Amino acid sequence: MEEVISKNATNYKELLRNYMESQDEQALYGVEKVSKAFIKNNILPEEIVNLHIQAMAEVCNDLTEDYKNSMNFLLEAMIFYGLAMQEIPLLREEKHILQSEISVAASMQKTLLGTNKPEINGMDIGVISVPAHQMNGDYHHFVKGKDGSLGIAIADVIGKGIPAALCMSMIKYSMDSYPEESMSPKSILKNLNRVVERNVDPSMFITMCYAHYQPQESKLSFSSAGHEPGYYYNAETDTFKEFETRGLVLGVSPDTEYKEYEMTINKDDMVILLTDGVTECRDGDRFIESQEVLDIIKKYSDLPAQEMVENVYKHFERLQDFQLRDDFTLMVLRKNS
Amino acid sequence: MNLTVNVVEENEKSILNVVGEIDAYTAPKLKETLLPLTRAEGKIIEVNLENVNYMDSTGLGVFISALKSTKESNSKLMLVNLQERVLRIFEITGLDEIMDIKAAIRGGNE
Repeated sequence: MEEVISKNATNYKELLRNYMESQDEQALYGVEKVSKAFIKNNILPEEIVNLHIQAMAEVCNDLTEDYKNSMNFLLEAMIFYGLAMQEIPLLREEKHILQSEISVAASMQKTLLGTNKPEINGMDIGVISVPAHQMNGDYHHFVKGKDGSLGIAIADVIGKGIPAALCMSMIKYSMDSYPEESMSPKSILKNLNRVVERNVDPSMFITMCYAHYQPQESKLSFSSAGHEPGYYYNAETDTFKEFETRGLVLGVSPDTEYKEYEMTINKDDMVILLTDGVTECRDGDRFIESQEVLDIIKKYSDLPAQEMVENVYKHFERLQDFQLRDDFTLMVLRKNS
Repeated sequence: MNLTVNVVEENEKSILNVVGEIDAYTAPKLKETLLPLTRAEGKIIEVNLENVNYMDSTGLGVFISALKSTKESNSKLMLVNLQERVLRIFEITGLDEIMDIKAAIRGGNE
C-alpha cells in the first residue's frame, strides 16, 4: 500500500502542477488513472487528501494558513469515509457467503419439491414456474393414481423467499402422506388447512387449488382454498370462463370446510391454473389485466401445452418494463382425444 | 413504492389512514402500526384503505395476523373504503366472509 502511494506521489504532484498552470485536460485524465489505482489497492480517501496537502506545499509556496488549516479539517472529515470504506470488503465477503448458502437451499428445494409431469392418456399438460427471487414460494404437484386418475395441486404461500419455501416442504410431505386415490379435493384441502393452521406463523398462509381428473369419465373435480381462480376454455364456443370457486385460504380458521366443484371436459377444452404472480404482472406502472393473459394464451393455443405456457411467459418477459414481482406459475391441461 | 400510515384517535376507535401501496417492502410498516393497536382490549380499529390502489398477498398476511390478534384481545378490526382491485383479493381468498369489510362507493375514488 505504502509502495503504491509513494509510486504515485510524484506523479500526482506533476499532474497537479500541470493542471494549476494550464488547466490541462490531460492532467485530469492522469489523475483519474491515479485514483483508479488507489481504489484498486484499497487506499483510503484520507490518503489522497494527505497526498494533496503535501503536493500543494511543494507546488505553491504562497499557501495561506487558512488554506492549510482548512485542508487539515478536510483530512479529518475524510477519515470517517475511510472507516466506512474499510467495511466494504467484509460486507462483500459476507454477501458472498449468504448467496452461496441461499443457492444451496434453492437447489435443495428443487430436489425436495420436484414433481414429474405425468403422461396421462388423452391429456396434454404444460407447466411453467418461475421464481421472482432465488427461492420459489409457488408450488405445483402431480400425482398419478393407480386407477389412471390425476391429482393436481397448485399453491402459493404468502410471504416470499426462504420462509415461504420452507413452508412448502411441509405441504408437500403432508400431501405425500395421504392415500391420494381415496381422497377428494375437498378433504385434501380440509386436512391441509389443519396442518397449516397448527404449524405456521399467524401472518403466513397458503392458497391452493386441488383438482382431480378421471380420464375414463372426462370428469374434473376441484376445490379451492382462496386460490387465484383458474379458467376453463370451452373449445366448442371458443370462450374462456373464470372458475367461480370460493373457499377460505389455508391456515386461517381451523374448522374450514371446502366446496367441491365438478365438470366434464370435452375434446380440445383447456383448464388453466395459475398463481397471482401471473395476474399481478406489471409492465412498468401498468397492471396486466387478466383478459390480456387470456388473449395471449389464446394466441399460442395451437401449440402443444408445454410450448404454450413457455411462450406466454416469454411474451410477458419481453415487455419493455416488465418486472417479476411475485413467483409466476402457469399450468395448462388440454384434453386432446 | 411508498406507504404512509397515520392514526387518528376517536374515543374508543382508532382510525388508520393508509396511503400508498402495500407490498412485501411496505407491509412491515403497516404491521408495526396496526398490530399494537389490535392488542388493546375492546378497541375498535378502522383501517381506511381509500387511498390504497395496490395490495399484494403480503398485505393480506398483515390483516390476517391483525384479525387473529383482535380475537385474543376482544378488539374489533374493520376495513373500509376498499378499491375494487384490493377488494377482489379479499374475495378470492374468502377473507371477505370472515372479516368486516366495506368497499368504496363505486366510481368514487379511482
